Amino acid sequence: MAKNRRSTKSKARGTARALMARGVPGVGRSPGKRSEQVERYKQLAQEVGPKRPLARNVLAAFVVGGAICALGQGVLNYLLARGLPKEEGIGLASAALVVIAALLTGIGVYDVVGEFGGMGSAIPITGFANSIVSPALEFKREGYVLGVGARLFTVAGPVIVWGLVVSILVGAVRLLLGAP
Amino acid sequence: MRPAIAGQRRIGNQTVLFPTRPAIISAASVVGPKEGQGPLAQEFDVIKPDTHFGQATWEHAETTMMREAAATAAGKCGLELQSLDLMLAGDLLNQTLASSFAARQIYIPFIGLYGACSTMAESMALASVFVDGGYAQRVLATVSSHHDSAERQYRYPTEFGAQRVPTSQWTVTGAGAAIVAAGGDGPAITAATIGKVVDFGIKDSNDMGSAMAPAAAQTIVQHFQDTGLPANHYDLIVTGDLAEVGNKILVKLLSEAGLNLGNRLDDCGLMIFDRQAQNVKAGGSGCGCSAVVFCGHLMRRLLAGEIERLLLVCTGALLSPTSYQQGDTIPGIAHAVAVEANASGATGAGGGGGGRI
Repeated sequence: MAKNRRSTKSKARGTARALMARGVPGVGRSPGKRSEQVERYKQLAQEVGPKRPLARNVLAAFVVGGAICALGQGVLNYLLARGLPKEEGIGLASAALVVIAALLTGIGVYDVVGEFGGMGSAIPITGFANSIVSPALEFKREGYVLGVGARLFTVAGPVIVWGLVVSILVGAVRLLLGAP
Repeated sequence: MRPAIAGQRRIGNQTVLFPTRPAIISAASVVGPKEGQGPLAQEFDVIKPDTHFGQATWEHAETTMMREAAATAAGKCGLELQSLDLMLAGDLLNQTLASSFAARQIYIPFIGLYGACSTMAESMALASVFVDGGYAQRVLATVSSHHDSAERQYRYPTEFGAQRVPTSQWTVTGAGAAIVAAGGDGPAITAATIGKVVDFGIKDSNDMGSAMAPAAAQTIVQHFQDTGLPANHYDLIVTGDLAEVGNKILVKLLSEAGLNLGNRLDDCGLMIFDRQAQNVKAGGSGCGCSAVVFCGHLMRRLLAGEIERLLLVCTGALLSPTSYQQGDTIPGIAHAVAVEANASGATGAGGGGGGRI
């Protein structure tokens, strides 16, 4: 596309000209030209803006996510060593991680961990705990009904809803494939 | 820079002049702890150690902060808040709650404003209109933003562990208040350019610098077209909260429009934090950003004579949680006010005669 090959400078020039010519391309006014201007400006913004530090983010997510999982494994190993059956041990270890994450959210640490670790701290069960506890804390000020009650799942709600939908779909496919 | 018709105060397409030179007789800034650790820490009037400001909710914390800024500004020029004619205030909360709640206690005639982060310039421009037109003697212009009240309204609960992207900005916890008066000592507001809503199709609410930069460019270019002033007229042109990304784009847009401002151009969102050390990504944002940088840092420099002529261009992203959830683009706006160090009433105000507009 010729548009993409144009230099940052010419994109800036185009945008500046559009600004000068008519103030701004009004919404709905000459739609063809507006879409061109929008496209050109979007590219300019992307070229100028900082890139996401992908390598750093992946590494941080690996370290933080790995540390959380290692902690869970440590708790599980301890429980198994104390003679708990594996099924119960897994449940209890998960519960322990939830409690720890809830506590860290309450004392204002988990959001700092989340800022550093990104998805590494969001995906494990601790991230789920954080997504429930943080709205509970935040919206307690609006009361237990309209605050905590109504908004507890503002962050986790979509994950639960679409997680359920996907699990039902996967279950249906599995059933159709004749799995036991 | 004269209006086409004698006595008319409007010139060009978007600019109004204030020939009576309303003076900023006092200004004050109140900030939270993070701003108090930034590079401008010495220049704020009050730095609070805790973002709660002794209140149970973030909204009340913001209200308290605005009231304190207003009271400090009044105290600095020896006035009672109740002796002011009008309060023009705005913030980022739904229904501009912090302003209305602050006005409930200050109890003077009040007009609530919303211009997103452009509100400091908006309130000072309107205050100047009232004072210059003779409709008020002394007007309080005050705005605030609070990081946590903004987070919970626009993004996530404050303790939610989300990772912020490099283009995102950190909402400043701070309130600025300026008292604009007819006569009196202090920097004079000589003109204002009222911005248009500009939208170049940016949708990412984590990239508001890009969304606002065209509006800033439009207002600045129009200001120079309307006034006919040379590009080097102002010692400093400072935008509100374009931060790193928006500032870079603005430099490019202005340069293509024939305005090469070099180090005469700066941005409050870049000045208020140490971006690396304080991990604020692209920089500061919020009404409070330009408010405290102007009422603290820039006012001090104007009073000390380090800046003779300043153009404050506060930039606002006019989005709402509803609009971005519905996939709408982010409209931007920028209002400019021209401030000169020497008020007309001041004795021995020589020097800047050539710059008088």
